[in-house]
Order: sequence, then structure tokens, then C-alpha cells
Amino acid sequence: MGSREQKSEVRSQKSNTLSPPFSKRGKEGFIATRDAYGEALLELGEKRADVVVLDADLSGSTKTGKFAKAFPERFYNLGVSEQDLIGTASGLSLAGKLPFASTFAVFETGRAWEQIRQTVCYSKLNVKLVATHSGITVGEDGASHQAVEDVALMRVLPNMTVIVPSDGNETRQVINAIVDYSGPVYVRLGRAKVPAVMPDDYKFKIGKAYTFHMGRDANIVAMGIMVSTSLEAARILKDEGLDIGVINMSTVKPLDTKTLLKVSKACKLIVTAEEHSIIGGLGSAISEFLSENYPTKIRRIGLIDDFGCSGSPEELLKLYGLTPDNIVKTIKEALT
Amino acid sequence: MKSTVTIRDINFLKEKARVLRMEILKMLTEAGSGHTGGSLSAADIVTVLYFCKMRHKPEEPKWRERDRFILSKGHAAPLLYAALSLSGYFEKPLLKTLRKLGSPLQGHPCSKKLPGVEISTGSLGQGLSVANGIAIGLKLDGLNSRVYCLLGDGEIQEGQVWEAAMTASHYRLDNVCAIIDNNGLQIDGYCSDVMSIEPIVDKWRAFGWHVIDINGHDMKAILDAFDEAETVKGKPTMVVARTVKGKGVSFFEGKVQYHGITPTPEELKKALKELEENGK
Repeated sequence: MGSREQKSEVRSQKSNTLSPPFSKRGKEGFIATRDAYGEALLELGEKRADVVVLDADLSGSTKTGKFAKAFPERFYNLGVSEQDLIGTASGLSLAGKLPFASTFAVFETGRAWEQIRQTVCYSKLNVKLVATHSGITVGEDGASHQAVEDVALMRVLPNMTVIVPSDGNETRQVINAIVDYSGPVYVRLGRAKVPAVMPDDYKFKIGKAYTFHMGRDANIVAMGIMVSTSLEAARILKDEGLDIGVINMSTVKPLDTKTLLKVSKACKLIVTAEEHSIIGGLGSAISEFLSENYPTKIRRIGLIDDFGCSGSPEELLKLYGLTPDNIVKTIKEALT
Repeated sequence: MKSTVTIRDINFLKEKARVLRMEILKMLTEAGSGHTGGSLSAADIVTVLYFCKMRHKPEEPKWRERDRFILSKGHAAPLLYAALSLSGYFEKPLLKTLRKLGSPLQGHPCSKKLPGVEISTGSLGQGLSVANGIAIGLKLDGLNSRVYCLLGDGEIQEGQVWEAAMTASHYRLDNVCAIIDNNGLQIDGYCSDVMSIEPIVDKWRAFGWHVIDINGHDMKAILDAFDEAETVKGKPTMVVARTVKGKGVSFFEGKVQYHGITPTPEELKKALKELEENGK
């Protein structure tokens, strides 16, 4: 149950603006990762003539529309056809271009999964798949539009790199970093506005996790919007005398196993937090690694073998337990 | 010039196709598995492309200005391998390693393992989208290279093919020339029984393509079709090549069971003898 202040603050926000209780930075720091992508892409288009952008009739929502407006000759709308989107992007990559292919996460990774497997990953093409509208914070559109399996679908593919930025700053850095890396990359972005969580001097590097603090009692390893939720959970528990660390594992594949081992050795419990199914995503990746290399007590926060549903992002996060309160409860139960 | 063979001699092409078929049969028999019928049916089309029409450099597979060939019906890999080998991309003995552990000649083409293969295929329906993407890239770079894409007739049952059909037409990709190897058969039987694909010509025309309907074993007709395609502006071209599955070996022709079955050593002997006699 959220506090009274939390609820009133929730009401004060627009439905697509997340308002975690730690939003003391004010609304100014709030930006949707898809908006940061749109801006980063625009800058990239000015810097690099080889960047081409493809979308499947969702350029207004994925924010590739900004690039389309500025560089119409390098933007290709494929219409409502995700499989062709992936294939066309692959061809552009073969012709020496640097394609960014965007649509909603559920359609990009689900509808076109086999195209990504056969054409992009098997041939190790330099195609950047940047999908928006991941997770339940899509909100009112409901389960059909809420990808909670995409990380699992992409993580299983050989040659694929999977990145889930936590805020606008990190998203901008991710987009620039993947340009300098040759190979398939999947970047998972969201619809809702999220607070800035990463420090101003943060430098993103593919495969490198960021440790906010290493806890002696437990460490929460999170991705995407759950990083801010985890930070709040750690703050609440600090008040109760527990030393809880938070790690932003923005690169889900390849996993930063070095950091993972270090924080696991420092504490009694690892909690994973993701706006995704606990099957196949970050929680799975971490469980797989630790069970073989440093068996550690683990609890996974995420969707428990379930679809999302319609509702406001805040209501849904609460319904599925993606809240600071649920993380707090989980940690307390596991530590006793 | 070695790199861009443009010998427009029908007899030369017929001879090449005959040798190509013999190599296909030999490597399939050696491999013991693979797709015989669909490799033979498209042999004349691929011969015209590799030994006459396409500008390519076997010694420089990634030559920027080359024409591209996408084998969307990836199961005809033996045909592609034979064409690449006879063009000079790799030595002939390598053909004997088809489908064997460690061979770059995978059961279906893999671009990471074999130079000359533009893109890995095998899962049907994906090649035309890739061809379109390459074609857009070539246009962006102001190159006049052409992109050829060979599809199976059963393959066009895949929905993605029609997504790509719309894209090529919408973006006026006149540097795309696709070919349907219309042998009328697919694994489970006649296309007309499994899932009707006719009227093919009308369908592609309705999707905004310039369509050329030919006998896919008539070298002159194939050559003329590719020449005609080059003159078409503002729209892609589809060559509907009416072919015979297993073409070139009388006892394989038109037989559905030779889709995914290889010749026995005895059948190979008989087949090679027949092809040798045809060459005399």
C-alpha cells in the first residue's frame, strides 16, 4: 500500500508520467526514454550521413518522426509490416548503411522474431533495433501492446546485445554508444516519462553495470524504470537500518558478471527488478549466472508468468508489484 | 575481363547450365541430403545471372559496384554453391564438403561462412525484403548496381513476401529484379493443391510490379527478360519463370518426391550419363 502523499502525487501527474515517491527532483527531470531517443537520433542524423531510420507506421509514437522530418531522404516508413521492416533494415546494413529500425517492442521482437534470428543475428548484421512501448507502463492500451517478453526473446539470440536504459541521459548515451559497436543491438525503451536517475557524470559503456551503492545486506539489480523504484526501496530500508545496494544492469546481454560476482559476495541476498516477465529476462539471466558461479539467495521482482492489462501506468505498477513497497517487503521476508 | 563475364552466347550458357547441373547432382549425392528438384529447376536462371548478366568479381566478393544475387529460396543452396564455384569464388573440391561438419557450405547458405553469399537464407520469405533494403542503399549511394532475388513459388505463400512486394513498388525500386522459380511443386505436393498461388502474374501486376512471364528454361527468354527489366523505370520487375522441377534429368522431372531427396549413386550415374549425352 502506498502512502497518502504518494497517492496524491500520483493524481497530480498525467497518466503517462510516472510519479514514484522519490520524485523530489520535480517534474523537470522527467523524460520518456523514447523522447530521448528521438532527440539522440536527430543529432546522430546530423553527425552521420550513413544513418538511416526505418519505422512501421508508428513514427509519431516511437519518436523517429523527428528524424523523418529532418532527413526525409534517409527515413523509410514500411507501413504496418514488421517482418519487412527487419528485412529492409538488414538490406540497408548490407549496403553499408547504419539502420535504426523502430516500432513497439511487442511487434518488433515478437512479430519479427524469426526475421531477427535468421537475417539479422545469424548473419551478424549491423542493425540497431530500438523498440519503444516496452512493459506495462504502456498503460491503457493493455496487454496486446505491452511487451513483457521482449528481453527474453532477444537475449536468447546469439550475436545479440540487449540494452535497457533507465532514463533519458542513459538513453542518449546508449544510442551514441551502439553506433560505435558493429553488430545487432536491441534497445528497450518506454512510453512513460521517467525521472533522471543516473548521475550527471555517468558514462555508459556496453556491458558495464553501474553500482549506485554496494549493500552489505542485499543488493537490488535492476533494469529500466525499475532502477528508480529500487533506489527508493533502498532508501526506505536504509531508514530501517538495512544496507541495501542498487545496481543498474542496463546491459542485460552481455551481462556484467564481474560486478555481479562482486556485489553477490558482499551481501546475503540479490533481488532482481524488471518491468518484464521474471521468466527469461534480467532475473533469469542473473539466476543462471549466479547459480552456476556463486550460488546466492535470489528473489525476482517482475511479472510472474502473466500478461499486463489496461490501466494507468501507476495502477499497473502497483497491481503487478513493481513498487518500492513490494521490493521492501520482498527483501524483508527474504532476510528473515 | 575475368571479373565481369558478359558472354551473350546461348550455346555457351547452355553448356554452363549443363555443367552446373552435373555439379549439383554430384555434390548432393556426396552429401546424402539436400534439395535436388528446386536446385535443378532454377539452374538456367542462375546460369544466365552468374555467367552473363551480373557484374561481379569472384576475386573481390565485396566489390562495391557489384550486382547482388539473393537466393531467397535458400534450400537451392547447391545451385548457388555450384555457380559460385564455377565462377571462381572457391575451388571445386570444396563442393564435396556440402552439409559436412566444418564446411562453409552449410545446408542453407550462410554469409558469415562463405564469401559470395550476400545474406544467410533458408527460412523462406525473407530475401525480397533484404533485396529491397540493398536496393534502397544502392540508390542512396548513386550506384546503378542491380539486385536480383530468386524466390520459390511455394515461398510466395509467406506473408512477408507481399509486404516486400508493396515496399519495392512503393519506393519505386526499379533496380530490383525478382524471379519466381515457378516449378509448380512444393514439399507436400502441387502448389495448386497445397495452397493455390495463381494467378501469379496478375497478383504481382496488381502489386505494382512490371511482370515478365517466360519459359524458365529458355536461355534466350531469360536473357531477354533481364534485359527488359533493366529498361523499366519507376517500378520493380518480377520474372515469372515457368520451370520444371528436377529439370535436366528425365527421371527427376516433375516429381514432387525429389524436392528434398538426393540421388542414389546409381541414379547419379544415370543422370550424369544423360546430361553428358545432352552435351554432345
